[in-house]
Amino acid sequence: MTSPVELRHNRVKVVLHTLAAGPEITGGRAGTRPLLLLHGLGERTARHPPAHLRWPGPVFGLDFTGHGRSTVPVGGGYTSEVLVGDVDAALCHLDRPVTVLGRGLGAYVGLLAAAARPDAVHGTVLADGPGFAGGGVDPGSRSVIRPEIPSEGGSPDQYALMELSDDVRPPDYARTLAGFAVDGSGQDTPIWVAATVRPPWVEAILEVPGVASGTLQEGLDGYC
Amino acid sequence: MEPSGTTLEQARAHPGAERPCRRYTVAPCGVELAVSEWGDEGDPPLLLAHGGFDFAGTFDVFAPMLARGGWRVVSWDQRGHGDSARAHLYSWEADLRDAAGVVESVGGGPMPFVGHSKGGRLITHLANSLPHRVSAVVNLDGLPSHRAMSDMPDHERTRRLRTEISAWLEHRRSLVGKERRPGTIDELAQRRRRMNPRMSDEWLRYLVTVGAERSADGWRWKVDPALRMGGFGPWQPQWSLLQLPGIAVPFLGVLGLEREEMGWGTRPDEVLAYLPPGARFEELDGVGHFVHIEQPRMVADLVLEFLS
Repeated sequence: MTSPVELRHNRVKVVLHTLAAGPEITGGRAGTRPLLLLHGLGERTARHPPAHLRWPGPVFGLDFTGHGRSTVPVGGGYTSEVLVGDVDAALCHLDRPVTVLGRGLGAYVGLLAAAARPDAVHGTVLADGPGFAGGGVDPGSRSVIRPEIPSEGGSPDQYALMELSDDVRPPDYARTLAGFAVDGSGQDTPIWVAATVRPPWVEAILEVPGVASGTLQEGLDGYC
Repeated sequence: MEPSGTTLEQARAHPGAERPCRRYTVAPCGVELAVSEWGDEGDPPLLLAHGGFDFAGTFDVFAPMLARGGWRVVSWDQRGHGDSARAHLYSWEADLRDAAGVVESVGGGPMPFVGHSKGGRLITHLANSLPHRVSAVVNLDGLPSHRAMSDMPDHERTRRLRTEISAWLEHRRSLVGKERRPGTIDELAQRRRRMNPRMSDEWLRYLVTVGAERSADGWRWKVDPALRMGGFGPWQPQWSLLQLPGIAVPFLGVLGLEREEMGWGTRPDEVLAYLPPGARFEELDGVGHFVHIEQPRMVADLVLEFLS
């Protein structure tokens, strides 16, 4: 197993794991596309790729800020947008177009990353998982709450759990960003919804031509 | 080598400017925040919040006027600003939580919340979140407008967002080890002029002496280079305006009518429908976004009279 790579995103160190080397690295056919896994809210990159997935190339997993082996920041301040910077650090490191498979929070961040870097993201598969719905379509009546942080800190960061579960996801915003992903991509359908749960932001992006839905494996097969 | 041009002593001698009587730090969420106080410690507290890319020292003329009106004025440098620590992350929610922590550290009962620009938005939101800690709200040109957006064709708005996302990510990529550019007092004052075009040279030079730090190669603004105007996210101006109608304590809104770079260009008619019952609203002709710096005496008198 290749050692995890530490990447810098401003003052945060984010950790990129190699879960499967793939034929490209082991000397097989060259050019096999990497798969980048983005975990859900409160999760961390698993030690192995999910057993039910078939992917012929290398598989990587990124620990978001405040999760897994990445830096746990002091005093919170999380947004999904700032996590796009984490993904961007991984895209920069991998230095070739990747397919993104995001679970829950990772699905939403994956959509934003595809919108921000359509040239570096070949296709994005959105799957169910923790943090998928976010905090609704508007800010609502949120109060100010400070979580009790254990003295030893630790991962996942309680601020991440609190702030990112309350992350506002307006449908028109998600729709616009899905449009960026589609417009900037060379693919006919660069966004694939494999999730069963359909919060308003997912319903909105499904209206965008170029966003398709189906099973998770169908989505991956289309982005190999 | 000693920088040429205006000296520290010359720049610091700004008429009416007074450094805080007390300065200390609190860390309600782990990030160390620099708190500044003007006035007698025994006077009733008043919370004063600065705008984006500003710092408590920008109140060095305005705050003493409020203090002489009988208030213990408590302000703080928001995370990444002024003398507060640079944080790993920045967000609206984090600023709001920090502000609530400062209120908690002051103790006592309800107090007036006064804020300028982003600080005005912040204390307006805070008044909704901490209704048990607020006795009055004064919002100084911190009422966002959606006019700039609504006047823009959809395709242009979309193009700008796309450009902004790319620029934001490039900015993030450039941050590792980044420091602000050094310069003389006069050079930093001129850079600041882009944000404060209506301010006098004397005031901008004064701000350098309290908002920048000097090292061997010159002065640098203290504000974290990770902070950047704009950015991308789902925020909409209406979200701030929707905080207004539910405020149950006396509310004073002040709007400078001269448009400028750091302001929202908000028109009074865009705000009036959102004002809480009994609110007072003042439009200042010929005054820009920094109402409390352009007209400190007038605005301080307005606030003091309102709070009396």
